[in-house]
Amino acid sequence: MAPAEEPRGDELEQKERELALLKQRMALLEQEVADARRRQQHAAASTTAQDGPPPPRSFACSHSLSKEHVQRYSRHLLLPSFGLSAQERLCQGSVLIVGCGGLGSPAALYLAASGVGTLGLVDHDVVDLSNLHRQIIHTEARVGVHKATSAAQACAALNSLVKVNTHMDGFNPANALEIVRGYDVVLDATDNPTTRYLINDACVVLGKPLVSAAAVGTDGQLTVYNYGEDAPCYRCLFPESPAPENCSRCADAGVLGPVPGAMGVLQAVEVVKLLGGVGDVLAKKLLIFDALAGRFTTVRLRGKRTECVACGLCPSITRENLAAYDYVAFTGQAPTDAAPSLSVLPPSLRVTPQQLQGVMSSAAVSGRAPPAVLDVRPANQFSLMHLPNATHIPFEQLDAKVEEVKDLIRGSKCVECSGGGSAEIGEQRPEAGLYVMCRRGNNSQLAVARLRELGVLNAVDVVGGMENWAKSLDPSMPVI
Amino acid sequence: MKVKLEFSGGMDLLFGNKKMHEVELAETNGKRWTVGRVIMWARENLLTERPELFMKGDSVRPGILVLVNDCDWELSGTLDCELQDGDTVTFISTLHGG
Ligand SMILES: [Zn+2]
Repeated sequence: MAPAEEPRGDELEQKERELALLKQRMALLEQEVADARRRQQHAAASTTAQDGPPPPRSFACSHSLSKEHVQRYSRHLLLPSFGLSAQERLCQGSVLIVGCGGLGSPAALYLAASGVGTLGLVDHDVVDLSNLHRQIIHTEARVGVHKATSAAQACAALNSLVKVNTHMDGFNPANALEIVRGYDVVLDATDNPTTRYLINDACVVLGKPLVSAAAVGTDGQLTVYNYGEDAPCYRCLFPESPAPENCSRCADAGVLGPVPGAMGVLQAVEVVKLLGGVGDVLAKKLLIFDALAGRFTTVRLRGKRTECVACGLCPSITRENLAAYDYVAFTGQAPTDAAPSLSVLPPSLRVTPQQLQGVMSSAAVSGRAPPAVLDVRPANQFSLMHLPNATHIPFEQLDAKVEEVKDLIRGSKCVECSGGGSAEIGEQRPEAGLYVMCRRGNNSQLAVARLRELGVLNAVDVVGGMENWAKSLDPSMPVI
Repeated sequence: MKVKLEFSGGMDLLFGNKKMHEVELAETNGKRWTVGRVIMWARENLLTERPELFMKGDSVRPGILVLVNDCDWELSGTLDCELQDGDTVTFISTLHGG
């Protein structure tokens, strides 16, 4: 006999995979035993009440589903294209949902309801009121609660047969592999490219299929990465990360609530197909949902790229080095969907909301014309609320309407001058000719910078925009 | 020759808020219309805002998928893919939100 050899790299990986599967199977069995014991106790309690031994079993069956399972999943079991064996596989399968937001909410609910064996829920954030229009797994009563906890409560209330794990620290390079290792399938329900690249890489190095969807505005997209022999991964499709300014965020662009809902439900469909082993998985295809047109389109995607750094022939991202990969540097964005906070103007060109309010009230007291305020937000935000006397020119139209801006400054100055321009009053008079306001204080800075290029030198930005005004001066203001 | 240019995933905002443009491309002494040429043409003739949100170098910027007749342009030669009368070229901006 040949002497025992050290296992080769791929054999080792195979063994590790087997080990992970066995561990998972063990956890499942433990859960099943605990469940069975619980039910036995229930049954014992009810038979003692009836005084007498249970009647002998008068039927035969050779599957793993309990009566409770059969009743609950009866409509799946009746389905010719799904049925008993697919339901058994689903009940033994596990899925990790990264992100308990607009996509993760319906996905988690449907997967819990469908009877997936183990559901892992990842998030790092707490429930906010502005989440509830689409993140339907959460409730008003759970605003402020950790999203993973809130989602786990909803899933447990829906189906106590499902084992639910919460991963409360979010998803980062340090914990990614440890978390993903314990699941059969991963569902990307995150909201930013930085985390999307990380999830992709973790799935590629551990060999897990990745059901990925996204939604912004009224558009949705869905595909399954890293599935089968030659399906591409996220990096095959997008080897280079888009620039931060090219990534529209729900927090800025808005999103129609049911659109991520529809995409999350479709992700659950793909997971049920994958774990149940039925149907054609949506790999090498991209499904596009245009809610306004009422249209679904499926298009054909490329296969794996041989030169892909994650799944190609000579990958540079491996199990060993993934934790050290700098995803923030790669995408140039923090792993959130928050807009970056800009600081492009010197302090001399910035005033606080308090300072502007001071100028406004001293003008009112002395009977002078109010200071010129330019609001550069989009029309829909301006019409929600704005400062009295604010003139509205959206940021995108500044170049075209620069003469209007100059007139605005001249107008407010002329009134001031005709009100008696003595030196003493001049000292109290604001230095700025124009106060530029936006939602959060980013575009107002860019607007001031652009106006300077266009020859308007006496404009200043209001730090933090309407959001900051509401926070520091008027909590009753309906900011978004 | 007539081709359809389609903009999806919010790209329509850069093209006059219009998702579908049916355009007539003039024959230019035997020089074939490739996807690369159509991208330049769309930039000159259809783009209404900020070219840097559409292009980088002589191609589309990272994050945009290009399809020719509903198939990834990687399957048909990317920039050099030759177009026929009646073809549809689709530009999809990848979404990240959820
Ligand atoms: Zn790849």
